[in-house]
This record gives sequence, structure tokens and C-alpha cells, in this order.
Amino acid sequence: MICYLTTGKHMAIYTAVATVLILLAVTAPTALAFGFAGAMAARARFIPLQWLGRAYIAIVRGVPDIAFFLFFVIALDQGFEWLRHKWSCPDWDQPIRQGNDFVVCDAAKLPLNSAPQWIHESYGFALAVLTFAIVFGAFAANVLFGAMRAVPKAQLETAAAYGMTQRQTFWRILVPQMWVFALPGLSNLWMVLIKATPLLFLLGIEDIVYWAQELGGTKNPRFTDYPHPDWRMWYFLALLVFYLGFTWVSERVLDRIMLRLTRGQATLGGDAQRTAA
Amino acid sequence: MSCAEIFADYALRSIGIGERLLPRDNFTLCHQVVLIGSGLLWNIYFGTLALLSGFFLATAIALGKASKTPAFRLPATWFIFVFRGSPLFIQFFFAYFLFLSLKQILPVFAPFTAAWLGALTVLFLNTAAYSAEIFYGALLSVPKGDLDAADAFGFSGWRKFRRITWPTMLRLAWPAYTNEAIFLFHATTLVYFSGFPAWQQRGDALYYARYFADKTFNPFVPYPILAAYFVLLTLVIIAIFGRMNTRLNRHLPQDTHPKRPRMTMMR
Amino acid sequence: MKTILITTAALALTAGTAFAGGHSVVRLGTEGAYPPYNFINDAGEVDGFERELGDELCARAELECTWVTNDWDSIIPNLVSGNYDAIIAGMSVTDERDEVIDFTTNYTQPDPSVYLAMDGMDLDVSAGVIAAQSNTIQSAYIASSGATLVEFATPEETISAVRNGEADAVLADRAYLLPIADESADLSFAGESVFIGGGVGMGIRESDTDLRDAFSAAIDSMKADGSLNALIAKWEIGEGF
Repeated sequence: MICYLTTGKHMAIYTAVATVLILLAVTAPTALAFGFAGAMAARARFIPLQWLGRAYIAIVRGVPDIAFFLFFVIALDQGFEWLRHKWSCPDWDQPIRQGNDFVVCDAAKLPLNSAPQWIHESYGFALAVLTFAIVFGAFAANVLFGAMRAVPKAQLETAAAYGMTQRQTFWRILVPQMWVFALPGLSNLWMVLIKATPLLFLLGIEDIVYWAQELGGTKNPRFTDYPHPDWRMWYFLALLVFYLGFTWVSERVLDRIMLRLTRGQATLGGDAQRTAA
Repeated sequence: MSCAEIFADYALRSIGIGERLLPRDNFTLCHQVVLIGSGLLWNIYFGTLALLSGFFLATAIALGKASKTPAFRLPATWFIFVFRGSPLFIQFFFAYFLFLSLKQILPVFAPFTAAWLGALTVLFLNTAAYSAEIFYGALLSVPKGDLDAADAFGFSGWRKFRRITWPTMLRLAWPAYTNEAIFLFHATTLVYFSGFPAWQQRGDALYYARYFADKTFNPFVPYPILAAYFVLLTLVIIAIFGRMNTRLNRHLPQDTHPKRPRMTMMR
Repeated sequence: MKTILITTAALALTAGTAFAGGHSVVRLGTEGAYPPYNFINDAGEVDGFERELGDELCARAELECTWVTNDWDSIIPNLVSGNYDAIIAGMSVTDERDEVIDFTTNYTQPDPSVYLAMDGMDLDVSAGVIAAQSNTIQSAYIASSGATLVEFATPEETISAVRNGEADAVLADRAYLLPIADESADLSFAGESVFIGGGVGMGIRESDTDLRDAFSAAIDSMKADGSLNALIAKWEIGEGF
């Protein structure tokens, strides 16, 4: 039994667990950065920038993530290669689109065809992170946009009365205070992000659900030393436990952060803490 | 073939009306727009019915979670935890498996292995769990003063709930609930993608988009069409929910900006 | 991109600079989920008929090759987008595909598709319920045959559908179903086999004619000396040449 779970192929699913966790860890701050930029753009005074921010939020939020993943990575990859092509092969005379083919000069390939495998893997990983970040950044932008508006107006007016500039007010008053309003939405987003990981295989990352399907499927003795019937049920059960456990831990951690953020805030929760203390 | 003819042949293809065979070659933009739009009918069907039915279960579960009786509180809490804590992908897998096994024992379950009922059931339970969590959060924030006032007016039991607690809860939960509705419609694309088999090539919008992507080997046409449809659908949802929101808040003074409700829950 | 390198570079007898079409390294894209053509073995590496074939072809064409796996649905878009240089994934040569990419000469004979059903099933292939993997040549065939088509996302699910009675039979490539029929006491072939696709060839970008010619030449040389037939027999792919 134990031999079943230690084949080289099973090592792949254990690696996939690590990959998924690392990806989540990297994606969360990246998406937050996108969200912050999006929210700032959406409330910018400069009208075109404001439209850009609002269009980003509205469009990306409006599209199901699967639909987005199915074409966006390829587009992103081609976009990067095209830019690099323009940069590194200025005297290339052939068209880039030859019929259906997308052809860039060898030096513009991302990564280079001859690059070692880990570079290819890291590049794929980076693209996946970027795509996830763009999608979830739109949701984060929506949450942060709401949170920025939820900060009491009086706070900002007081800051202005003290002679703070727009910029100072934004960074010193608004940003520190908005987190407590944003946290419930952001926590939820984190939960959604966790549960979007089964879609990673669309982005070229062989995630845990992909491997569970692959490993749990019927194995014919002709192609393996460890044959078994359809065991997907058990693999999926393990995944269910993994996801529930992960959610449970996340909930605990986020509750703590919320408690910490509420301290000293002029909100109901903050008042409750003060009276309790 | 003109676009009008294509429309006549394929506009209802996803529910089995019209041309039996899908187009095989000479795919025009019109083919793609019409068929993917036809598939959207299923997304609307799943989303609308799951949302409507899920609403009632969600209210009950939210009350259960807020209840002081463990017999109500524990099952409600666990139901929410399991459905919110696991990917829909996995829920579909287990549901299909379960319905297949039940079908062997009880023939009543036969229709559940088809997407129109089976997937609908999963989506119904899923959205009920998410909405219940939103309603639960809102229930806890119902101002104490409102309830005291209700007591003072002699409201009690069902009447107090129906006239005071429930409308206030809805009002507080509405923005987050709007988000949940959007996510639910997006989640309907998973039905044929991973969970349930497609019979007779009757599928949802994503099913047809993949069909065209597979036939033309060009993902850059069908998926953006699908995306555009969903952006439109999302705008419609936001408009409808916005109307209801105005209705829910109509008794409040409108000149002072009603405190902008926070986006708290999303999937 | 949608490409994850799984295995080390194939052995290559490159004496330095024998490149085809300017490729320093040729990346071979496969699915890794379609035994016996290609699958991931216990060690986590790409294995199967096409693994052995591809390594041998690269050696003969004096190319340095690496293996990459990619999801079936996007295997052609990723090829034309340049994320790997050749598809070697049990892909039948069809007119539709040939319009978008080029194929080398085929390295298998056209593989018939067969119906697999429960033992003793009286199968009516034109009126029964037939399962197939979605978006395959088989699903398109069933749709036009008059039978009730039911499509599943993975081949695994099509087999379970037959077992649990959701479908009367499954239609798929013979080479894929053969080991399953051999190992399952309750399943057997039914009805007549149908020829849907052409033989299997390697898919190459249309702009990459040098590479296509290099591989075609290598395949021809393997056909000529009988080594291809030996591989086909070893993996029970079907008829030899």
C-alpha cells in the first residue's frame, strides 16, 4: 500500500501541493498590488485613468475566470514575445503572423528554446501568477475601492484642516484606516483564490486536482507496476480534506488579523474592544 | 448561409430545438455568436433557479447558525463550512458520483445524473451556503434598537421576524449578495466543463466556445465572445439587484447618503 | 506557458551544430495521458510508444530534444504560438488540423475506432447511447451517426459511464481501448469498427518546413529498416507498415 503512494508519479502530486501553496503565497500580494493600483486608478481625478481603472474592474470582474484563463495566458505570452521581438530583433524582415503561426526570432523566445527546464517552468509559473493576479486584482480593486470610500469623511476633513496635502492625506490617513474596512472582503477573496486553484491546469501548472484525476484513474497493469481500479474517489476525498483544512486554518489566521486591525479603530468592533479592556 | 438562417437553426440548439448537427466547417463569426449565445440559456437557467431556490434555504441556514440551540447551529455551521471550504470542482465530482450510486438503489434519482437537475442541485446547495454566511453576518449586524422598537410595538415571534429582522437583514446583506449572484452565474460554466456529461451536444456557453476553439484551433475568437456575453449578463444582474436594493432602502431618507454598504462577501 | 518539462533531454547525437530550421533544442509536446501512445510512468516521466519513437527520431535526425506535456485542448494553439516545436501525442492527421498545422508522414496506420460495451450487450450503434470524450473525432462521428451522444471530459469517465449504465458503449481509438478490454472481464468490443481519422503523425508549425522534413525523413528511415514496425508491435498500436 505504502509503495503506491511513493512512486515517482506520486512525488509529482506532493510537489504540486508545494507549487500550489507557493503560488498562492506569491499571487496574494501581487493581486493586492494590482488591486491597489486599480482602486487608485478608479478614484483618480484624471478622467482617462479613472475610466481605465473602472473598465478594468468591471470587465475582468464580469468574466468567469475559466473563460479568462482559456485564452489569456497564450495572449499574454505572445504579447511578451512580441515586445521582446521588437526590442531584440529590429531587422527581422518576415511577418510575425504567418498564417496561423506566431513566429518571432529565436532570440525573442520566452524563455529561449535552449534554456534549461527550470527556466521554462519558472516562466510558466510566473505567467500563471500574473494571470491569477490580474483576475483577482480586479476583485481586490473593487474591495479596496469600497473600503477607501468607507473611511469616515471627517477623518479626511480633519487631515485637510491640519494642512496635509492630498497626497499626505491619502497615504497617512486613508490608507492606514481603510484596511479594517477592506479585510472582510479581502479575506473572502483569499478563500476564493484558494478554491480557484483547480483551474491552474488551464494555465499550464499541473495542480493537485489534475494529479488526483491522473493518479486516481484506472491504472492498467500493462503500463505500471502499481495497477488499481478507479480510485479517484479516494484521491478527491484527500483533496477535500486538504481544502477544508486549509480553509479552516485561513479562517483562524484572518480572524486574528481582524482582531488586531480593529484595535483602536473608530468602529463598532473597536469600541467593543475598548470597553472590554 | 445568412446570419438570420443561422440564427433560426441554432439559436435554440442548446435545448435541442433546431438543426441537429452542429456546424462542421466554414465557421463564421455569426455561428460562434449564435451558438455561444444559445448555450448561455443554460447558464441563465442554472444561475436563476439556483439563486431563487438557494435564497430560501440560505435564510433558514443563516437562522440556524445564529440559533442558540446546538441541534440547529451545528449542522448549519458545518453545512456552510463544507460548501464554502471546498472547490466547486470537487463538489461536482462527488455529487455526480453520489447521484450515480443512488440511482442504482432508487430509480427516483435517475434524473439527478443529468446536468439539468443534478448540477442544479449542487449549485443550489453551494449558493445556499455562501448566501447563508452573508445573511448570517447581516443578521448579527441588525441594529439592536430596531429589535427593541419592535418589542415595544408588541411585535413578536414570526411577525417580528417577517416585518423587522428579515427586511433589515436583507438590506444589510444586499451588496454582498449581489456579488454572490455574479459569482454564481460565473460558476455555472463549470457544469459541463468538469462535472456533468453533455448529452447530444447540448451544453452551456463555455461548451460551445470550447467546441469552436477546438474546431478552429483559435482560442482568440470564441472565448472573447463568451467573455463579452458574461460581461453583459453581469451588467444585467447588477442592474436588477440595484433596483431591488433601491426598493429595500426606499423608506430610508435618501438625501443623506445612505451609508455605503461594504463589499464583504464574495466568492 | 502551458508547458511543463517533465523529463530530461532525450539523448541526442548532436555533433555540435546539426540543427534543423535553426532549432538548437527541439521541444516535443505531448499529452501524457493516453496510453499506450504516451503516458506518465511510475517514475513520473513521459513514457510509451511515442516516447521511444520520438527519442529514436531525434537521434536519427541528429536533434537535441526535450519533452513537454500540455493539456490536450490547447495543444495546437500552444504549438502555433511557439511554446514547443512539435506535437507527438497520438494525433490523427485530419483535414481540419492540416489546415492549421503541418503533419509529418504518418507513423502509424489509420487506427480504427471501436465500440466497447458491457459483455452480452446487444448494441445498436445507430440508436443507442454512445459515450465519447468531448471534442474528439469520435464525438463528432457519433453526433452525425444518429446515436445519442453523451460527452465526458476525460476518457476515464467514458469507461465508467459504460460500467454504470449511463451509456451503452464508448467509442474510442482501438489502441486505447484494447488494454482496457483485455484487463476487464466485464467489458468487450461490440459492433463494427469504424475508420474515422487518418494515421497518426507529428504536428509541426506550417512555417517550420525544415523540421517537418527532418522528422519525415527520420520516420521514413525507421519504416525502411523495420524498427518502426518493431515499436508498433511492442506497444500493440495496430497494424505495421
